[in-house]
Amino acid sequence: MSAFYFDIEKQRPRISRREAIRRAMLTASGLMLANHLSFRTFAAAPAARAKAVIQIWMWGGPTHLDIFDPKPEAGYDYCGPLKSPIETNVSGIRIGELLPLLAKQADKYSIIRSMTHGNNGHETASYLVQTGRQPGGRTVFPCVGAVVSLAKGYDAGYKGLIPPYVVLTEPQGRFDEAGFLGSRFRPFATGGNPVQTPFAVEGVVAPGITEQRQKDRRELLHHLDTLAHALPENPQVTANTQAENMAYDMILGDGAKVFDLSQEKPELRDRYGRTKFGQSCLVARRLVERGIPYITINYSGWDNHKEIFPAMRRQLPEMDKGLSTLLQDLGERGLLGSTIVWWGGEFGRTPKVMWEAPWNGGRGHYGKVFSAMLAGGGFKGGQVIGSSDAKGEEVKDRPVYPVDLIGSIYAQMGIDPATKLPNPEGLPMSVMPVAADGIKSGGLLKEIMSA
Amino acid sequence: MKSMAAELNTQIIRLLALLLLTVSVHAASLFDSSGSLTPANNKIDTLVLARLQALKLTPANLCSDGVFVRRVYLDVIGTLPTASEAQQFILDQSSGKRAALIERLLSRDEFADYWAMKWGDLLRIKAEFPINLWPNAAQAYHRWIHDAIRSNCPLDKLARDLITASGSNFQNPPVNFCRAMQSKTPAGIAQTVALTFLGERAENWASNDLANLAVFFANVGYKATDEWKEEIVFFNLASTNPGALNGSPRKAVFPDGLRVTISPDRDPRAVFADWLVKNPQFARNFANRAWSWLFGLGIVQEVDDFRPDNPPSNPELLAYLAGELAGSGYDMKQLFRLILNSKTYQLSSVLPGKNPAAAMNFAVYPLRRLDAEVLIDAIDQIAGTNEKYSSAIPEPYTFIPDNLRSIALPDGSITSSFLDMFGRPSRSTGQESERNNRISAGQKLNLLNSGEMQRKVMNSRMVEFQTTGNRQIPDIISGVYLGLLSRFPTAEEQETLQAYFKKFGPSRRQPTVDLVWALINSMEFIYRH
Repeated sequence: MSAFYFDIEKQRPRISRREAIRRAMLTASGLMLANHLSFRTFAAAPAARAKAVIQIWMWGGPTHLDIFDPKPEAGYDYCGPLKSPIETNVSGIRIGELLPLLAKQADKYSIIRSMTHGNNGHETASYLVQTGRQPGGRTVFPCVGAVVSLAKGYDAGYKGLIPPYVVLTEPQGRFDEAGFLGSRFRPFATGGNPVQTPFAVEGVVAPGITEQRQKDRRELLHHLDTLAHALPENPQVTANTQAENMAYDMILGDGAKVFDLSQEKPELRDRYGRTKFGQSCLVARRLVERGIPYITINYSGWDNHKEIFPAMRRQLPEMDKGLSTLLQDLGERGLLGSTIVWWGGEFGRTPKVMWEAPWNGGRGHYGKVFSAMLAGGGFKGGQVIGSSDAKGEEVKDRPVYPVDLIGSIYAQMGIDPATKLPNPEGLPMSVMPVAADGIKSGGLLKEIMSA
Repeated sequence: MKSMAAELNTQIIRLLALLLLTVSVHAASLFDSSGSLTPANNKIDTLVLARLQALKLTPANLCSDGVFVRRVYLDVIGTLPTASEAQQFILDQSSGKRAALIERLLSRDEFADYWAMKWGDLLRIKAEFPINLWPNAAQAYHRWIHDAIRSNCPLDKLARDLITASGSNFQNPPVNFCRAMQSKTPAGIAQTVALTFLGERAENWASNDLANLAVFFANVGYKATDEWKEEIVFFNLASTNPGALNGSPRKAVFPDGLRVTISPDRDPRAVFADWLVKNPQFARNFANRAWSWLFGLGIVQEVDDFRPDNPPSNPELLAYLAGELAGSGYDMKQLFRLILNSKTYQLSSVLPGKNPAAAMNFAVYPLRRLDAEVLIDAIDQIAGTNEKYSSAIPEPYTFIPDNLRSIALPDGSITSSFLDMFGRPSRSTGQESERNNRISAGQKLNLLNSGEMQRKVMNSRMVEFQTTGNRQIPDIISGVYLGLLSRFPTAEEQETLQAYFKKFGPSRRQPTVDLVWALINSMEFIYRH
């Protein structure tokens, strides 16, 4: 009758403690106490090319004209001082002048210049881009990371101690990534700052507290937990004890080692850039090496309403360094073929620069056309999909809707689009929308997918 | 307020040396008192006892004063009692002290803060996706419901105001009821109304029943104004109702099958509201919700899923409570008062064994993890800290005053990784199950070991206060217990801790930090009990 009082766990087959730890670390809500969702059907999904996704979420909406879709011919009112795009190592592809390192890696990635959904609100556009669904119904759909963690996580044989969906470092907030799948499929947000030593992953690594003191305190807590001792059989007490033991296996066990960047060569850390974004890219690679299937780097600072050009001169070199080194490093380690790198934000920014006060050379929100970038995981590099018009204001050809990009990622991950998404109300919903849902689509990105 | 609390603490500590001689707590009597459910204190007890006897279940004993003071503060005002409040109550020798405390709490300012939070969940008060009220409207809506709770507005009036309001989302806040949903169609509004006021899922009704209810909301119109993000909700004669335009009356059917003819100039919402507040399900819904808010478990559970195949666990009890609610003129505080003064509410949480049937039939007070907002407020009260809340988007930024407690946050969109981790509802649907109070390893990591928690404990006002001056170790231990667990330590706990303190030699600070850390992480702190 009541999910929170009765021990639903006891009705499940017994699982080993280590297995239980792995499962519970899955999300902030752990424990699977009210898990009525099962996703075993994914086991029979089509063959996968990609095993992992690194999503670089450009929170705020990155400007398309200054990054991957330069329009020098549109003049000063459109490109401001950034009027000299540079050639890449793929002939015919030019990108923004502040990205010299990415220009040398263009054979590894493909640029989509015709992303569109038409919405200019942060939250709604974030939802559109990361779920592929139209907001406004009664249900809130899960985003790509939650679907992947459902399809590739513990129920599908994932065995890691680190949860299968990790966010570096802060969650997006105000947008429930897991939607109706429930909090079990929310990402594990690391908190902390990977530039610092140690990288204080929230709850896992506590600087300044020795292992001995951790152990002493644990013993003290055990002695003082009087209510727990009074009710040894109470299911809430059991759940609490179980969660606590799991937490200590992370704190005192080996779960934390993946976050220890001191195991990397200082030269490589320098190449990524000693910035939060650069070091997050490095952590993401380490997580991929350990089999974590979905990592989001939540990269904020791209909502540049005001004085965008000085901001881009500050920020793009940092992005250029981190992202280009990530692609190179994944490539050198033979991981790029099985790791999708997806770069993009919720929309682009107004092509025409707002020179007037208070913007003083800023760009507003622009959902009509914007750019995204895909690399690895079976996607071909060195391609451009679609285009915007001469001023970057309209899609000129080959519109790509969020659902097309998402569907292509699922295809590379071997996730069957028809698989049902379990939901509490038992409604018939599948991973990809069906025709009756009326979602606009320009088709999967066959141009960059191997047959 | 905080310095006042600290001052009170000082006075307490001065008393402590004396008290230690007179107050000695033994583990056996720590959570229970000697009283039992019989004789009944009011009719609730009689009805619960009858059910327990029929099922051959033995109820727990009544709870101890220490447990009661903590429980009733957390349940009624979502706030931890201070050390002095707990201590004064425990040492008070008067016989009616529990009833008197209930009265004091029902009139505290935090009462409105805490219950506006609960109502904010039901009414989906949230600026952004997927509700999109917009910050100004969310603030106005929250202030309106807060005022209504503070003045103990009768529930029938509250419901009528929410359902029938017309006007600007900024000027007339209850119009936001019809805006705070993803699907602002007549059927969408009908579903929300059924969920909120009848505790029923209209999407599971027979389809013509939902369509019938939707008729009452077919004339809800929305229009923008010149003011940024202002929206007018109005009685739109032209909307999907040609009958209204040519002056002919329209026919509609209430959810109970009663037919009605609505004159064309009358807003059908008002006709529906007249029916609603006289319908027994309206009273049953709110009586059941009030019960579940205090017990963590409805007589019908889930509380917003009344249907024939989900019967009440104690039908007589639900009927009695619904009758009392309607009979009092829908006075919610009066219903709380009735429940809180029952012995059933004052049962101990300690009942050995697993007892699922006992818990389901209210033979024991159920343990449950504190709500996210209540938990962080409790920790902040010990630490002497405030959460920093703000919202960087949409512009203009929303700034939340530093001293605002988390239970008083007006807008469910305000970003907080702590609140999200501890299961604050997303306010997407208004279903009560959105709030997730299950414990998890991630939450444990946060409380045991996060940098934020370590800082709060290390720099806490509690540690600072206890280690300033030359306080004796037993006094420090008692002071920390009163502040964190609202009770005196047992003799065994004193002994364990005095031995622990000795290991640190003359240093008081580190063992006190460890003690505060340990108690914050104990079940007694994290759970209602």
